[in-house]
Amino acid sequence: MSFFQKLKEKFSGDTGNQQEAQPEKYKEGLSKTRGSFSSKINDLVARYRKVDEDFFEDLEEILISADVGVTAVMDLIDDLKMEVKRRNIKDSGEMKEVISEKLVDIYYGDKDEEPEKLQLHEDGLSVILFVGVNGVGKTTTIGKMAHQLKQEGKKVILAAGDTFRAGAIEQLEVWGERAGVDVIKHNAGSDPAAVVFDGIQAARSRGADVLLCDTAGRLQNKVNLMNELAKVKKVISREVPNGPQEVLLVLDATTGQNAMSQAKTFSEATDVSGIVLTKLDGTAKGGIVLAIRNELQIPVKYVGLGEKVTDLQAFDAHAFVYGLFADMLEEETS
Amino acid sequence: MAFEGLAERLQGTIQRIKGKGKVTEQDVKEMTREVRLALLEADVNFKVVKDFVKRIKERAVGQEVMESLTPGQQVIKVVKDELTELMGGEQSKIAVADRPPTVIMMVGLQGAGKTTTTGKLANLLRKKYNRNPLLVAADVYRPAAINQLETLGKQLNMPVFSLGTEANPVDIANQAIEQAKAEHQDYVIIDTAGRLHVDNDLMDELEQIKSNVNPDEIFLVVDAMTGQDAVNVAESFNEQLDVTGVVLTKLDGDTRGGAALSIKAVTDKPIKFAGMGEKLDELEAFHPERMASRILGMGDVLSLIEKAQDTVDQNKAKELEEKMRSASFTFDDFLEQMGQVRNMGPLEDLIGMLPGANKMKGLKNVQFDEKQLSHVEAIIQSMTKQERQDPGVMNASRKKRIAKGAGRSVSEVNRLLKQFEEMKKMMKQMTNMQKGKKGKGMKFPFM
Ligand SMILES: Nc1nc2c(ncn2[C@@H]2O[C@H](COP(=O)(O)OP(=O)(O)OP(=O)(O)O)[C@@H](O)[C@H]2O)c(=O)[nH]1
Ligand SMILES: Nc1nc2c(ncn2[C@@H]2O[C@H](COP(=O)(O)OP(=O)(O)OP(=O)(O)O)[C@@H](O)[C@H]2O)c(=O)[nH]1
Ligand SMILES: [Mg+2]
Ligand SMILES: [Mg+2]
Repeated sequence: MSFFQKLKEKFSGDTGNQQEAQPEKYKEGLSKTRGSFSSKINDLVARYRKVDEDFFEDLEEILISADVGVTAVMDLIDDLKMEVKRRNIKDSGEMKEVISEKLVDIYYGDKDEEPEKLQLHEDGLSVILFVGVNGVGKTTTIGKMAHQLKQEGKKVILAAGDTFRAGAIEQLEVWGERAGVDVIKHNAGSDPAAVVFDGIQAARSRGADVLLCDTAGRLQNKVNLMNELAKVKKVISREVPNGPQEVLLVLDATTGQNAMSQAKTFSEATDVSGIVLTKLDGTAKGGIVLAIRNELQIPVKYVGLGEKVTDLQAFDAHAFVYGLFADMLEEETS
Repeated sequence: MAFEGLAERLQGTIQRIKGKGKVTEQDVKEMTREVRLALLEADVNFKVVKDFVKRIKERAVGQEVMESLTPGQQVIKVVKDELTELMGGEQSKIAVADRPPTVIMMVGLQGAGKTTTTGKLANLLRKKYNRNPLLVAADVYRPAAINQLETLGKQLNMPVFSLGTEANPVDIANQAIEQAKAEHQDYVIIDTAGRLHVDNDLMDELEQIKSNVNPDEIFLVVDAMTGQDAVNVAESFNEQLDVTGVVLTKLDGDTRGGAALSIKAVTDKPIKFAGMGEKLDELEAFHPERMASRILGMGDVLSLIEKAQDTVDQNKAKELEEKMRSASFTFDDFLEQMGQVRNMGPLEDLIGMLPGANKMKGLKNVQFDEKQLSHVEAIIQSMTKQERQDPGVMNASRKKRIAKGAGRSVSEVNRLLKQFEEMKKMMKQMTNMQKGKKGKGMKFPFM
């Protein structure tokens, strides 16, 4: 079965309304991304009847402009060239499919092609620690996730572990109100590890299922601040069996190649278990997550598609690539 | 340090080409290939890179290089010129309105650093220009945005104008100007909500604020870590608002900062300020020429000296520079200078400005530990006058006494003595470095 058929099947069948809602949301959120990305590939394919050097040069530019990263792109192009030879592809139209196959391939490698879910305790407290550089969307994502988990019937508590940035505690409190969950806080300037410790105690005594811990944004080259984060994590590991259940690194889709350095350094400090890719409702493509997954094996678990409480969606690489290539898909199958 | 990777990358190529008596077209081709990769890895937009590489190629095979006596050097000059050109000519000043108040509007994507920069700018205007700014909370959307600005206002002890979250941002801006006039405040800085450049409604809102208050400056605030999308963002904001300048934030990170080049190239608007941290005094004027030097690893002695002038008094700064160059200082000088240097800001920033510092492995990504610094201070303070002036007199019993007095171990004392000597050597080397000598990795005693 061809890649596009597989996708089509995946999204057209009566697979339950939640499944259906998601690609729609993706399409909506990614419409600008998709518009420019796939129309570029369409342009490309239309311009070049033949698959030649010029074709590959333009393809390289399209992928680089999606922040996939120059090294990854050059590897991909080499792969494609081999594939073209092997399958004896002459017509550029056939390339569309090969390109998208390869992109999904970079992401999954030889892994199971299933979307990654949150690893939460069935019974007992689960703790999720949010980490990332400044302004990427940690606090906002916590608000959205609290709402989502609560909708699923879980009891959620938030810990205001950003005691540094002006207004950070108040910001989390507003999100707590929106989601209808409690927020554990200390005064501004106090020790974040102590806030998280109290959060755990409160979560226990109130019988919560999930504790979401906010932390201050920090640039990954600040050793002292990274040590502080490692300490927060240590408190969680000590207090909660197998905790934290998730360490989510929040990445801004607008970020370029530095996201790789963020993923590496935050992983070293806190053993990141998954990524939330925010601000995908803009025109940035977040292509670097392909390389991050490929190189560091860190899966993307959620994407942020706006500033509203409902703008958080589970990540699905097929849906992601589908979003990018939806125009082409519609053309091909209509 | 921002830009470091790019600098390193280019330096490899440059070293190879530098000494050449003859530059062939093949040499140029190789170099431009490296330059292209370096710039792309640094997130410079691919279109900008394309143009850039084309220009270098043309000039590098042209007369000025080929007929030069030192073609290798000349090629590097071409790269540096073009890089400086790309980042904008001379750095420009902040506007002053004929009739106060001067109005500044901060705009940009979500989380770029607008609110923080609003506070930093107000701080700078007061400290450096003796101005009296009013901060305006026109972000009625982000949770606790007003609270954030009010907290910054409190930290700065400056007034913040707000009408709560129910008011219209245009009304807020209008009324703030009235209040500034009434209270004789000479600058008004309007913090607006983060928004996507493709969000038509919110972009219209900015246009309305603009047409109502006629700002003297519109600063586009951009995160230095931004990737290829920087051109789209900068282009849209500039087209719709005709911004007057750019503030690049989070340059204290390890991003290579290619966005700076892209933005300049597509908008042709000057990058006026650089955000160098989260604190309210961590905003600097952006110097394109110096930044280009830094990228190419030529150091930034100018910035270093200027920085010293800002915080240290003139004479002391001169003295410091002298001593650093001649490496003729004692532990006494060292102790005093440690205090001075600490006042200048994060040490790792200062090190980055020293010529050739980014080539020294020992100085790469160093972090200076405050605790270590105070240990060093304690050790020096336990020395006698003679020992401080002439560490040569040191023997086992003296070291033991010093260690005891400082509450540190003898091996720590030994390490400090050894590193002090190395540091003196290194300072000597730094001045030689400009003449092309290569430095070994050395460590400051307090690292
Ligand atoms: N368009 C869009 N904006 C987002 C998204 N996620 C977060 N934001 C916005 O990004 C800005 C920063 O979000 P925060 O949640 O404060 O980010 P943070 O990582 O907690 O920031 P610090 O704590 O300061 O490091 C806010 O204006 C958010 O509304 C998203 O998915 N899409
Ligand atoms: N390290 C570093 N952090 C910065 C700098 N400038 C801003 N920040 C941080 O970046 C984050 C976002 O800054 P804000 O000032 O809230 O950004 P904003 O553009 O007002 O965000 P929105 O109002 O949500 O659009 C905060 O954590 C700031 O402390 C900088 O120059 N260096
Ligand atoms: Mg936050
Ligand atoms: Mg703000």
